[in-house]
Amino acid sequence: MLFSDIILETYIALTTNKARSGLTMLGIVIGIGSVIAMIAVGQGAQQSVQSRIQSIGSNLLMIRPGFARSPGQNVSQGQGSSTSLTLEDAEAIRADVPSLGAVAPSVAGNYQVIAGGSNTRTSVTGTLPAYMNVRNISIESGSFFTDLHDARRSKVAVIGPDVRDELFPEGEEVAGKKIRIKGIDFTVLGVTESKGGSGMDNSDDVIYVPLSTAIQYLTGTESISMISVTVADQEQMDAASAAIRELLLERHDIADSSSADFRIMNQADIVETASSVTETFTLLLGAVAGISLLVGGIGIMNMMLTTVTERTREIGLRKAIGAKRRDISRQFLSESVALTFLGGVVGVVAGWGAAALLTRFGGVATSVSGISVVLAFGVSAVIGIIFGYYPARRAARLNPIEALRYE
Amino acid sequence: MIECRNLSKIYRNGDNETVALSGATFSVVDGEFLAIMGPSGSGKSTLMNILGLLDSPSGGRYILDGKDISKYSEDELADIRIRKIGFVFQSFNLLPRTSVIRNVMLPLVYEGVPRSGRRALAEAALRAVEFPEDRWEHLSNQLSGGQMQRVAIARALVNNPSLVFADEPTGNLDTKTGERVMAALRKLNREKGHTIILITHESEIAGYADRIITIRDGGIVSDLQNTAVHTV
Ligand SMILES: Nc1ncnc2c1ncn2[C@@H]1O[C@H](COP(=O)(O)OP(=O)(O)OP(=O)(O)O)[C@@H](O)[C@H]1O
Ligand SMILES: [Mg+2]
Repeated sequence: MLFSDIILETYIALTTNKARSGLTMLGIVIGIGSVIAMIAVGQGAQQSVQSRIQSIGSNLLMIRPGFARSPGQNVSQGQGSSTSLTLEDAEAIRADVPSLGAVAPSVAGNYQVIAGGSNTRTSVTGTLPAYMNVRNISIESGSFFTDLHDARRSKVAVIGPDVRDELFPEGEEVAGKKIRIKGIDFTVLGVTESKGGSGMDNSDDVIYVPLSTAIQYLTGTESISMISVTVADQEQMDAASAAIRELLLERHDIADSSSADFRIMNQADIVETASSVTETFTLLLGAVAGISLLVGGIGIMNMMLTTVTERTREIGLRKAIGAKRRDISRQFLSESVALTFLGGVVGVVAGWGAAALLTRFGGVATSVSGISVVLAFGVSAVIGIIFGYYPARRAARLNPIEALRYE
Repeated sequence: MIECRNLSKIYRNGDNETVALSGATFSVVDGEFLAIMGPSGSGKSTLMNILGLLDSPSGGRYILDGKDISKYSEDELADIRIRKIGFVFQSFNLLPRTSVIRNVMLPLVYEGVPRSGRRALAEAALRAVEFPEDRWEHLSNQLSGGQMQRVAIARALVNNPSLVFADEPTGNLDTKTGERVMAALRKLNREKGHTIILITHESEIAGYADRIITIRDGGIVSDLQNTAVHTV
């Protein structure tokens, strides 16, 4: 049997019952489509998490207040709600720990912000100019505040690009404009450059004000939400982290390091945690989509078994005339592979489309990788072979006489 | 060359045993035109299936062209069928929803005949059975019984088999068309030297053959040379 004969037989068989072929294929389309779309969502999340972490700055240690933990318990919630870190702690770190680059204490809170007629609720960070270096912040227009602003408790603010877009008309020069935070007027000094974040931890949707200004007018307490520290040399990260821990334990009078009232996190830990979370997320989404692909495959098998039963007499005749087992099994295998492969092609396009729609209308970051497309084609063909194999074998093994007598 | 020794076939369905064939011993030389006669249920189709390598006997030996067929695998038997044997089944067994010409070309597909050569062979076979040319592209399920029968015969002849089995080939034809079909088989036998094994229960039709074997209840009751062969 020539290859072109198999193709022709397949074409005839699949077009004879278009509705059934179409519906069976739909199962594969949905399966492959959801695999493509879900993996795109997962990988999009992974990429945006990674780029956001990269944008925070490398060689970064973050010290956050945490409730005192008793050993064996893993409670460490309430950032900013504990009063364990103070400005003096930050000063002591800067003074006593060697090999540090910059030290930037900060406080944070969410406040109502009004400018002209617009108003929004956004996160306000009170910090020192060193924060710029620590967090890789650059200025798009205007300038950042200086230590002098901090010393004078000037009511000045630097806003993120999202805040600017929210509060001011497009194209308007914002430096020198007034904004009202928690009912207090601040003068805008400049706008930071976009880092392209999204979601809860968006570094574009932030307002920066001098630390002492924030303490006096906004938070009203001396406690610090975070101390960000850069370490001069990547190699020194662990040593610096240990030195800071020792210093703070001593300053806070804590003997047992397991009951520390602060947490020190470094960039590597965060990257690791975040990427392990998004990896699990991708895997989970992929697994859910994989199940629908499996269901699609079972649909193929079901259809092929029905077809083999319906065409028993025809198979008997073909075998009686002289078709070999492999002629018959190839014919049926080719049908199921054609179904899954076509389903795979349509599914890839559909999945790609779904990912694009999710990005456009759902604001979800997605990334369709070439590997997942190639994989989808491969998987769909393999599914055709796996789920078509049993029906094809059954057809090939029919006894011609019994098959010819089949009613 | 066909040699059968003590061929038997027993069908088992649970506790039920049907002896369809028992102790059939005979041989057929190349180029013979043989008719197998017998009443309904006597085992004619069963014998044809065994001789045509579609079924295996429950007992006895069947030697085709000097080789014991019990030694062959299923695919090897299929290979012999496609090269040497043509079948006209009692119930035609055409592919449904498929054109007449494609039905006739089917054996050529499995024989591996190139696409370009198939149509001419199929057309020649259809002309040989006088199948009307304007219906070549009709679907097989749009034909009359007699037309289906002729398509089935054309399909059996298309790969030029040296051994042709015809199970009641004239069963659905009027006398005149039946005679023409028999004449075509006769011609195939006389001019090309093909061995023909014809199954019928009509002595009129059996009269075209050189030799007539009669079976009853699975056993051979007579094996005679036909002295008064029909001349066409
Ligand atoms: N698959 C089968 N299972 C059980 N019994 C069978 C089977 N095939 C045939 N038989 C039995 O074997 C016997 C011979 O059947 P066969 O088909 O060979 O008869 P036949 O001579 O061709 O009859 P007819 O002229 O009606 O076609 C019958 O009694 C039939 O019931
Ligand atoms: Mg019969």
